[in-house]
Parts: sequence; structure tokens; C-alpha cells
Amino acid sequence: MSAKAEPWQTAEIAGPKKALVITKPEVAAAMIKRAKRPILIVGHLSTKTDSDTGKMIDYTIRLNKATGIPVVATAHTIREFVKQGFQPAAQMSAMDIGNRLKDPTWNGLDGKGPYDVALFMGLPYYMEFVILSGLKHFATNLKTISLDKYYDPHASWSFPNLKVEEWTQSFETIIKKLGGN
Amino acid sequence: MAKKGLVVKVKELKTNIAVVKGLEVSIGKIVDDTWEEPEGPTPFPSMTDLRDWDFKLLQRYKPFYLPFCDVCCLCTFGKCDLSGDKRGACGLNMAAQSSRIVLLACCIGAATHTAHARHLIHHLIEKHGRNFPLDQGGLNIDIEAPVTRLVCGIRPKTLKDLEDAVEWAEEQVTHCLSATHTGQEGSNLDFESKAFHVGMADQVGMEIADLAQISVYNFPKADPEAPLVELGFGAADVKKPTILVIGHNVPSSVGIIDYLTKKKLLGKVEVVGICCTAIDLTRYSTAAKIVGPISWQLKYIRSGLADLIVVDEQCIRADALEEAQKVKTPVIASSPKNCLGLENSTDKPANELISKLVEGKVPGVLIFDPEKVGEVAVESVMAVAPKRNKFSIIPEIDEIIAAGKACSGCNECIRACPNNQPIPEAMKAAAEGNLKPFAEIFDNCVGCARCDSACPKDFPLHSFMIKAGEDKSLSEKFMMRSGRGAIQDIEIRNVGGPIVLGEIPGIVALVGCANYPDGNEAVAEIAEEFAKRRYIVVLSGCAAMSAAMVKDEEGKTIYEKYPGGFEAGGVLNVGSCVANPHIAGAAIKVASIFAKRNIRANYEEIADYIHNRVGAVGLAWGAMSQKAASIAAGFWRLGVPVIVGPHGSKYRRMLLGRKDKKEDWYVYDARTGDKVYTGPTPEHLFTTAETKEEAIVMIAKLCMRPNDTTKGRSMKLTHYIDLHKRYYGVMPDDVHLYVRNKMDIPITMKPEVLKILEEKNWKETRIPDPTLLKRMIRKRG
Ligand code: SF4
Ligand code: SF4
Ligand code: SF4
Repeated sequence: MSAKAEPWQTAEIAGPKKALVITKPEVAAAMIKRAKRPILIVGHLSTKTDSDTGKMIDYTIRLNKATGIPVVATAHTIREFVKQGFQPAAQMSAMDIGNRLKDPTWNGLDGKGPYDVALFMGLPYYMEFVILSGLKHFATNLKTISLDKYYDPHASWSFPNLKVEEWTQSFETIIKKLGGN
Repeated sequence: MAKKGLVVKVKELKTNIAVVKGLEVSIGKIVDDTWEEPEGPTPFPSMTDLRDWDFKLLQRYKPFYLPFCDVCCLCTFGKCDLSGDKRGACGLNMAAQSSRIVLLACCIGAATHTAHARHLIHHLIEKHGRNFPLDQGGLNIDIEAPVTRLVCGIRPKTLKDLEDAVEWAEEQVTHCLSATHTGQEGSNLDFESKAFHVGMADQVGMEIADLAQISVYNFPKADPEAPLVELGFGAADVKKPTILVIGHNVPSSVGIIDYLTKKKLLGKVEVVGICCTAIDLTRYSTAAKIVGPISWQLKYIRSGLADLIVVDEQCIRADALEEAQKVKTPVIASSPKNCLGLENSTDKPANELISKLVEGKVPGVLIFDPEKVGEVAVESVMAVAPKRNKFSIIPEIDEIIAAGKACSGCNECIRACPNNQPIPEAMKAAAEGNLKPFAEIFDNCVGCARCDSACPKDFPLHSFMIKAGEDKSLSEKFMMRSGRGAIQDIEIRNVGGPIVLGEIPGIVALVGCANYPDGNEAVAEIAEEFAKRRYIVVLSGCAAMSAAMVKDEEGKTIYEKYPGGFEAGGVLNVGSCVANPHIAGAAIKVASIFAKRNIRANYEEIADYIHNRVGAVGLAWGAMSQKAASIAAGFWRLGVPVIVGPHGSKYRRMLLGRKDKKEDWYVYDARTGDKVYTGPTPEHLFTTAETKEEAIVMIAKLCMRPNDTTKGRSMKLTHYIDLHKRYYGVMPDDVHLYVRNKMDIPITMKPEVLKILEEKNWKETRIPDPTLLKRMIRKRG
């Protein structure tokens, strides 16, 4: 796996504050394990099953099964979840969930308190890019993790740009480390 | 240009000879003020006159900032790192900086439209005189220029009257722009308010521009039956000499049609257009044809079909001249805003310019006189066309295969592509002789050619796509209804009630540029979804073209299937970008004609009316420009929600309501003064839809308004729930927020809705006479 971390879209340079690179999937697993109130936001690209993106939605469901992490499906992603017999915690637009995560007084989908770690996957790169930036600047108590196969410099933590096989392997490892199958 | 140096307003003037009432004298003109409507509180409003209204909206729809980067680099104190809670050397924080960027974009957009209006008026006055009468729709329109009436408080009657309004708009742009200077405004909400203000000025600028051109050029005048015109690569007979016009400001293109007409050459030369100039030219002459939206520039130029290109202003590729040179197509630049480095040849004899262009001695000429543009363009193209013989730089298939083999798979192209198109994979397939992947990319491509520039091997990748897609694209031809202009008073009279009561479920405005995430089809699909459901679908600009680019099994486009009137199930193209105020104008006219509200300089009251009563929603699916930002800002201030497509997230600020915060959704009941909970109607003022499916469901939801009657609400809920189930596969989880009493529940959906109400512990609320303005309360409760 490459430790080189450049933004996937060449011009999307960020900084001075840039995402730390998740060089090993074990690191991501440990972060998810340590999180007190994590949440997973899943965009519509996760429903695509072509060779470019792999089957992200399957991993999402497995991740949920392993950890119980609540899943927010953005746009029409929920349709595919429901088709697969999985009920996400909520359907919400990406901007809405971003806007709520920004609010330190928001008590979450279940009303039990703010989230401390938000994981993102499957949004268009540029859209995830700006939402993660909004959270970086305005959600100071929140850590964000990009689980896409592209380096997203506005997250707190992000995978580097990965090949599909590296990326799916990372998920397998994470899920295994978290006790799932 | 006449300046209003001194204005004396006299309510009543008694002299020895007469008593004169309502006389306004200004140097150079006398305005007899016979308008029976009383003047409202904010004629020619200053930058802060409507600040309280803005703050009301911003209190509910709070900004969510999405900065591109952590720094500000706008002055030499910087770059300043604004991440975390840091401030810049000037004391600015990230929220203020982000809103400053929004304001800057809106100022650029408003300046562009206002300068466009100024140029048009200047040019038209020079040609036709200051007293040329304005006419937007003859007897069908009493309320001409509703935006200008509402904002400025004047009723323009002649070209010269437009100068007062444009002068005001120019002043606002300057003030607002000045607020972005280092060390001026420091509050993000004040930056936002100024963005709203300049957006409102932008609406005036646009309205003036369109009113002037409709009147003088005799464009369709509020005509539901505006002619159908041809659109697409295949629309023109390119065997003929072909002139391509690109841009937004139509006089130079009018010069071409006039010259062709004068010389009886119409039909012998094809005139095709890209972007708004194309729309406006077909409003002038149905002999003109439309190639397509802005994203088609390179496709057309590189295909070599144009024998001469005339560019005016806005949204023209900065490399148009270089690209044209590659296919030996001469260029005429015609706008002071876009001179392309060419020598100003306005005063040179036409013959000299024609021979220079024909002999290829110069790549292009710069001519500011529209009539001369017409002559030089037509005479040149007839001589150039046989010489060029449609010379094209679209590569042959062998060349693409060879490139595919030589591709290093470095990924620079895909990493440069805004739509992440799998070009390296397409290159691999091409190496095997398979161009299908490239043809698929062509469908999702916005024509930016960033892939070309990024490729270290300099492969003309965009041209590869054009080649792969040419079988389909070259023959494509669609019908689009030409821009009709304003909405007639009688149309408003017919639908005003049903709109305000909610029985027409909404007005859906599909506007803006063509920076789509995945092709043209989405706009047509969204338009048809709502036309079928008998919403009023209004379109403008590039979106109006895209909506034409899908045909049904019978080969008909949406414009051939639905009526062009402002009515339930109507599909209306109002015109180019500057025609957008007709959409705002329709909402304003509902307040005036249906509700008999005074609109003269009465902005706040009318915005409050529209926000609470008129279920209009804008969708700019491919919004790209700063103009789109200012157009949106004009709608925000009117309280009309706007949705952008995914690339619109890069406007870097959303205005989002929080439906989970009950306290945000109270209005005054104007009858009693009570505060009444109305539910999140409309939930957002500015947001992004990630997919077309999400855009469709959002539109239906954002059409709900506090004033809906139970019949209207139940109809709106029917569509919202139905679309939610169709596109998301589940019931929405927020219906309880939109049901005020059980009569609101759609009959066919009663059991499932009642179940949700029970689960959510729903309580009945009442339907108020809604207003956000305390002063509108008739009786204190
Ligand atoms: S404008 Fe302010 S924040 Fe921006 S570079 Fe200058 S000092 Fe820094
Ligand atoms: S021209 Fe098309 S394929 Fe190339 S970068 Fe632009 S959008 Fe992508
Ligand atoms: S940038 Fe050029 S060389 Fe690199 S993958 Fe793309 S086409 Fe091939």
C-alpha cells in the first residue's frame, strides 16, 4: 500500500491542516473501536458495483453488523440498503448531516449526545471534500475519517489513494479487527 | 447618458396659475408621477435597508460554510491560516472569510449582468433614441418590470427610464464589492446580507437587460406559443458556410442576422449559437439555430463545423481563439469585456478586415460595432468556408488506438477530470480498438478539456471522446421552445389562487449552467417528472437547452409535449440567463394581481408574502458561474429556496434550516398576532442535491408553504410521499412535520400516514395567515 498522500483530484490542495494518512487498516479499526459515539455517512457512489468503486455498500452493512455503528444514507442510497434488507439509522441529505454534525449541541439521531467520530464514504469526491472541510473548520470536537479509496485532505484521517484491491483488502481487515465477518 | 443631478419632489405646488400635484423635477427630465399605488418603504434601497429582513431569513436558514482551503490570500498581510479558531492578520475569522467569498462571487455575477444591461441600453439608446417605448407583452401585461417596480419603486416606460434603475444597481454592486475590502465588514451575517442585496440588484440588472432587448428586438412578448426552434449538432446544414456565435450579449449576433436579411442571404449561411446568445438569437430570428449549452464549445469548435466564430461576452472559453486557430476558423471578438488580445479594428474599413480574415493574415479581429460585425462575419464566412472545407482536428480511429497503446496509465487525466471519468480505462480499451468507453465518457463530459491539459503525453483526450461519440452527436436534432419572456397578467390571474392555496403543487424553476455531474438527461427527466404532475415548470439558460435534449419514443421533446403557458403542467422557457427575473416577476405578480398587495418599493412585505405563500423552488442542477451565484442570491432574498447539483457544493456555503429545531418554525398569524408553528416550510433556502433522485424529492418537499390550504397541502404531500417512495424506496420519516390537521393527509395514504403520526406523537396545529413581519399583524392578539 502506498503511503503517498496527494489529493485524488490534483487541484484540491488543502492545508496547512491536512488529513493524517491511514497507512494501515488496523489504525482505522483501532480508531473506530476507540470512538465513543461514531457515525457512518454513506453516499450514493457506494451503490455502484463497477470495478472502480467495488461494492462499498456491502462493506458498510458488514461494518454496521460488526460494530453497531449507526448508518446515515444520503440521497437515494437508502433504496439499495433497503433492497438488501438493511435499515439505515436515517436517510438525510449530505448537507443536512454535515450541518448537524457541525452543531456541538446536536444530540444525535438517538438523542443520546454528540458524535465524536464521523466516517464518510461514497459521496462524490468534491462534495465530500467541501463537507469535510466545513467540519474541519466548524466542528472542532469531531474527528472525521474518509474511508474512500482516495486521499481526502480535509478529513482528520484518510486512506491514501488506493487501488481497488488494496482498498477492499483494507475493509476486510478493518471488519475482521472489529470482530465482524 | 443623462444624469439625475438634482431631484426635487413636490407633493403639491401652488403657483398663481395652477396647482400641480405629485410633480417630480429632475435636471434633464420631468417625471409625472401618476402611479396610483402608494410608494412603499424602500425605494432604491441602500445596502442596509433590508438588513432586518435578511437577518430574519438567516436566523432560520443558518449558513453552513464549506471552505475550499484553510487560508485567505486576498491581501499582502496573507496568506493567513484561518483553520481552527485562528484569525487573519486583519482580524477576520473563517466564517467571515467564507461569507466574503460568497459575496465576492455574487458581486462578480451582479456586475456581469448589470454591465450587460448597461451595454445594451447604451447601444440601444444610441440606435433608437432614449424615448423608445418598452413593451414586454402589449395588452397582456400591465405590470411590466415587476422586479424593478418592487425593488426600485419605478415603472419604466422608455429606454431612458431604465437608466435610473441600472444606475442604482451599479451603485449597489460597487458598495457591496467595497465591503469585501480588507478591514471593512467583519461579520459573516452582514456579508451574507450584502450578498442578498447584490443578488437583488442583480435581478434588477437582468430584468432591465431583457426588457430592453425584448422591446427593441421584438423578441416573443410573453408568448406561450413562442416558436419551436432547432437545437443540436444536427440542427444546421453545415455544408453551408456556418457562423458560430458564443456568449450572452446579442447585438453582434443580431448584426449578423440583419446583414444576412439585408443581402438576402438568409438560408445560404447557417448561424448557430452556444449558450445564451443562442437562445436570444432564436428569440430574434427562427433562422438561427442552437448547438447546445456552454459545455459544447470545444466539441463544436474542434469538429471544425464552424467556418467563423463570433464571441461576445460571458462563459466563453478563454482559449477559444487558440482552439479556433487549430481548425483554421477565424474569430471576431465583439465585446470590450472579452478582447482576446486582438487589435481593436472597429474603425477600420470592413473590406480590409474581411480580406485579412479570409487570407488568414490574422487569427481574428476585434470589432465593437455590431453592424460591422454582421457585415464582416457574413462576407468573411462565405469566402472562408470553401477554403476551410470543414477542416477538423478530430483524430482518426488509428490515432486513438496508437495513443491508447502509448498511454502510460499515469492517471493524471482522471485526477484532473471534474467528473472523475475513467479515461485511463478508456485508453486501455482504445488500445484494443474499442471506443465504446470513450463514447460513454462523452455523455458524462462537461467539455472542460482539463484531461487534455493534464496528460503528460499531450493526447487530445477530449477530441478522442468527440470522435467516439460523433455517430450519435452529429445527427442529433431536437426542438426547443424559444424564450417567451415574461408571464402574462392573465396567466397569473388564472393560477395565482391555485398557487397560493397550494392546489397547483408548485413552480419548479430549472435554471443555470451545464456543469452537470453526469450528462444532460437529468434536467429533462426532472422537468418531465414535475410537468407530468402538473407543477408549473419554468426554465431558462443552458438548463432550458438541456431539457430539450431528450426525446420520447415518438421523437418528441418536452417542449413539444407540454404547453408553453404558465399553467399547471406547462413547460416554459422564459429565455436566456437575463430572463430569470421573469420567474421572480411571476411570484411578485401573484402578490400584486391575486393578493392585491402593493408592490411599489415594498420589497420586504412582498418577499414575506412569497416566502410564506408561493411554492416556488429553483434548481440549478449544473450551476457553475458567479452569475448563477448572484441569481440564486436574488431568489434567497425573496425567500425562494434554491437547490444546486453536486458541483454547486463548491459555492462553499449552504443556507440550511433545521427541521429538528421546532423553535425555528414559528410565524405570526397576521389575523391574531399569535405565534404559530408551521413546520419546516420550506426547510432550506440553499442546499445541494447529491443526485437527481435527491433533487426530485427535495423539490417536492421544498414546495410546501405555511399558507397551503388543506387541499393544497394534501396534494403537495401526495407528491412528496409518492416521489420519496419511488426514489428512496421508503416512506419519508418527517411527514408528521407537514401535517397540520388530519385534513392535510392524502386520502389514499391515510393508514400509513396516521401510523407515523401516532408513532411521532403528532399534535394538530392550526393554519395561520402567515408572516414573519410583526408589522403585518392586523390585530394584536
Ligand atoms: S484579508 Fe485578512 S485574512 Fe485575508 S490575507 Fe489579508 S489579512 Fe489575511
Ligand atoms: S473534458 Fe470531459 S473527460 Fe475531460 S476532464 Fe473535462 S469533463 Fe472530464
Ligand atoms: S494522462 Fe495521458 S498518459 Fe496518463 S493515463 Fe491519461 S491518457 Fe494516459
